[in-house]
Amino acid sequence: MTLIKTEIPEGMEPIYSYPESLTRLSTHYCPGCVHGIVHRLIAEVLDELGVRENTIGVAPVGCSVLIYNYINTDFVGASHGRAPAMATGIKRIYPDKVVFTYQGDGDIAAIGTAEIIHAANRGELITTVAINNAIYGMTGGQMAPTTLPGMVTTSTPTGRDCAVAGYPVKLSEILAQTAGAVYITRESATDIVGIRKTKKAIKRAFLAQIHGLGFACVEVLATCPTNWNLDPWEAMQWSREHLGGFYPVETFKMTDEVKALKV
Amino acid sequence: MTEQLLKGNVAFAEAAVRNGLRAYFGYPITPQSEALEHLSGRMIEEGRVFLQAESEIAAINMVYGAACTGVRVMTSTSGPGLALMAEGLSYIAGSEVPVVVVNMMRGGPGLGNIQPSQADYNFMTKSAGHGDFHPLVLAPASIQEIIDMVGLAFELAEKYRTLVMIAGDGSIGQMMESAELPPMQPVRDTVPEWAVSGAKGREPNVVTSLYLGAEKLEALNLRLQAKLAEIKRNETRSVEVATEDADLLLVAYGTAGRICVSVLREARRQGLNVGLFRPQTLWPYPEERLSELADQVKGMLVVEMSAGQMLEDVQRVVQGRVPIRFHGRMGGAIPMVDEILVDAESLAKEIGQW
Ligand SMILES: Cc1ncc(C[n+]2csc(CCOP(=O)(O)OP(=O)(O)O)c2C)c(N)n1
Ligand code: SF4
Repeated sequence: MTLIKTEIPEGMEPIYSYPESLTRLSTHYCPGCVHGIVHRLIAEVLDELGVRENTIGVAPVGCSVLIYNYINTDFVGASHGRAPAMATGIKRIYPDKVVFTYQGDGDIAAIGTAEIIHAANRGELITTVAINNAIYGMTGGQMAPTTLPGMVTTSTPTGRDCAVAGYPVKLSEILAQTAGAVYITRESATDIVGIRKTKKAIKRAFLAQIHGLGFACVEVLATCPTNWNLDPWEAMQWSREHLGGFYPVETFKMTDEVKALKV
Repeated sequence: MTEQLLKGNVAFAEAAVRNGLRAYFGYPITPQSEALEHLSGRMIEEGRVFLQAESEIAAINMVYGAACTGVRVMTSTSGPGLALMAEGLSYIAGSEVPVVVVNMMRGGPGLGNIQPSQADYNFMTKSAGHGDFHPLVLAPASIQEIIDMVGLAFELAEKYRTLVMIAGDGSIGQMMESAELPPMQPVRDTVPEWAVSGAKGREPNVVTSLYLGAEKLEALNLRLQAKLAEIKRNETRSVEVATEDADLLLVAYGTAGRICVSVLREARRQGLNVGLFRPQTLWPYPEERLSELADQVKGMLVVEMSAGQMLEDVQRVVQGRVPIRFHGRMGGAIPMVDEILVDAESLAKEIGQW
């Protein structure tokens, strides 16, 4: 791991710098991966809300398993898919602390479907950030629940045949139906406008928790250039075009109280 | 304090409350559901945490999360639920957080039935999850003993930052006996320095079982093994009945151990010098004492409500020094005194003691 150093020359004011909630380690993510971008957004939000020292994160199993190396808060490491259950255990002990899970699409929409749906349905006062890259990144590019119809992966070598392998799971649309969820949105962090919108959504989701309103989840359309066999630039475009084409970037649920939050 | 008539499941649940249990997460399963029901009222009454999870998988991971904050937390279940918890148990062991799990064993395999059994012995003592670890496993034989073991379980879990299991069975859970509960203890309000609580004025704490790199993970394993060795040295427990002059030793734990007290009484009346060795810790197994007894007695009869799981530990310890016979019932059947007696008598004849 490389430590990133920034030096501000004498007499100059920084206008853009490292969030305190982000460590100075360079990430292990592949070039063009969206995990690092979203980590930074979370860190900026924690800084802006002033809650870094009051926050406990729950890491998933997946490429972002080492998120605690980058986000400068207390963390626990969950088993694959169980982050919402762990977060529930922590939040019930510490109702006044900010608890969030960060999960890949395989983690949250395949092996961990039961845990996320029930956490949402209980209105668990946690915030979830779900990274949808339509693939299992960490294990080498197998089919994810979110893999698009026809998409080639290392376990759908001739393309996902939905009649055999089932259909892509639209998690946000499902979570929006739970009574305990107050804010369910899908964003895309593959261009400047999308990244800004994603940050705003993440902030709103944390605020919903801090104000005790209910469960909030931000699904982020992302990339996996390595397992998509695309370069970073192509991957960003592919994500917008194909993932964005299948998974509408849309807010599926936002209660009036969440809408009224000043973000 | 006075004795009262208590059902096993209610007794251990209330004992946990009185030992300062901060949080309980569980999922209903016979024969332990009364514990969950009792706690659903009592924990809320005391302003503590109770949550019925959507599965045992979720329950153990809620327990794991709460344990990462350093509080007293437990769950209870039975075989099928324990199987679902196995991954979580391993993460708990790898993360070195204190957790107490009560397993009221029922008949298996599969859905089996809801009658008492001891067939999860190997599961709990030898293979509670993937990787190299053992939970500390306590085995009560009465309502009073399970009450006392709850307090001990929390103490040991916190002392060693380890997983402690209480191996009860359906009959311990379901029967009523008069017993004394401990006095009410408040919830501890100190936070261990390793726990997550928000990194206020300190470097962040991370509780995880992930150690990338063989050297790092081996170092964790060496630490775990050293801890287990220390537990072995300090925490091995057993009780004996009439072993001083025994020629024939009954070896049994929990409900089977309790039944063997009646066998012993009856055998002694018939002039047989029978003693009873009842392990209270199944892991660590009370090897040293059993080994001493193997030098004294002329034969052993192991009695279990399983196909003979503890039997293998007895054989391992005794190393062929005396003949070992086995009396086992399975599938929820309970060993009967007169049937065990028949086996005891034939062993006595075999070793020339009758
Ligand atoms: C119980 C269990 N099953 C399988 C695995 C292997 N595994 C690790 S990460 C992963 C998939 C992760 O994919 P995703 O959640 O989409 O995250 P990404 O790596 O793409 O960020 C799998 C199957 C595991 N660690 N644990
Ligand atoms: S494999 Fe994919 S998800 Fe994992 S770090 Fe690389 S680009 Fe990101």
